[in-house]
Amino acid sequence: MENFAPLSGLVGGVMIGLSATLLLLLSGRVAGISGIVGGIFTKGEKSLWRVAFVVGMLFAAVGYVAVVGREGLVELDVSLPLVVLGGLLVGFGTRLGSGCTSGHGVCGIARFSKRSIVATITFFVVAMVTVFIVRHVF
Amino acid sequence: MSRVIVALLTGGLFGLGLAVSGMMNPARVLGFLDFAGDWDPTLAFVMGGALLVTVTTFRFILKSPRPLLEEKFYLPEKGDLDAKLLGGAVLFGVGWGLVGLCPGPALVAVVAEVWPIVAFVAAMLVGMLLHAVTFGRSGKT
Repeated sequence: MENFAPLSGLVGGVMIGLSATLLLLLSGRVAGISGIVGGIFTKGEKSLWRVAFVVGMLFAAVGYVAVVGREGLVELDVSLPLVVLGGLLVGFGTRLGSGCTSGHGVCGIARFSKRSIVATITFFVVAMVTVFIVRHVF
Repeated sequence: MSRVIVALLTGGLFGLGLAVSGMMNPARVLGFLDFAGDWDPTLAFVMGGALLVTVTTFRFILKSPRPLLEEKFYLPEKGDLDAKLLGGAVLFGVGWGLVGLCPGPALVAVVAEVWPIVAFVAAMLVGMLLHAVTFGRSGKT
């Protein structure tokens, strides 16, 4: 557990929770990132606010990198074909399953939605099994 | 206009939260998912911190008749557990476990200019488009 960072995790998590709170309180929307991004591609949706949300995320990330620097911020040690396969599965899966870690995991569980609780348990267990197979079986 | 400003600011806070929490680093996420390896419990503190806030605030917000700037709440309406929910969660779980990136962190990690991240986000958008083409509007959050 040499990388364990409970305080920054907790502080970042509270910020994510506050963001979801403000979006629901002011605009009545759920802060589910797969829904926000996927909704940009869905016909007939009014998407300007979705684009603005993503732009806000990117601005914040650029600011963070400008202050903290890039060193060790993002480490990805997975072969390119697996990265692409993973991206396809995450994109398609989150849309088919109506949400990801934010929509189901943070906002859905907060509403005590049965669908979100089941989805969150499912993708956590499946991801853990996947990591176990990739790292400890092969 | 107000809804765009709210989205910009809440998106910014969300992105900053992902960056501060270390979740834009796939290695840290995989460190949590790898319970049989050198386990890194940080992700549990991120989820815990976020839920600590939302579980408390959502119940009060949802008791009010409408949000402050809109006519109504836009909440997911489906209530039943179906094959799409479970199948989607399984596919997402496999992809998340393979790379360590879910949609929010993947988007913000793009600014680190680690180019496989760009490939991941491009593939993720293709996956979302693929869903829009095959399943249409039926699966939206």
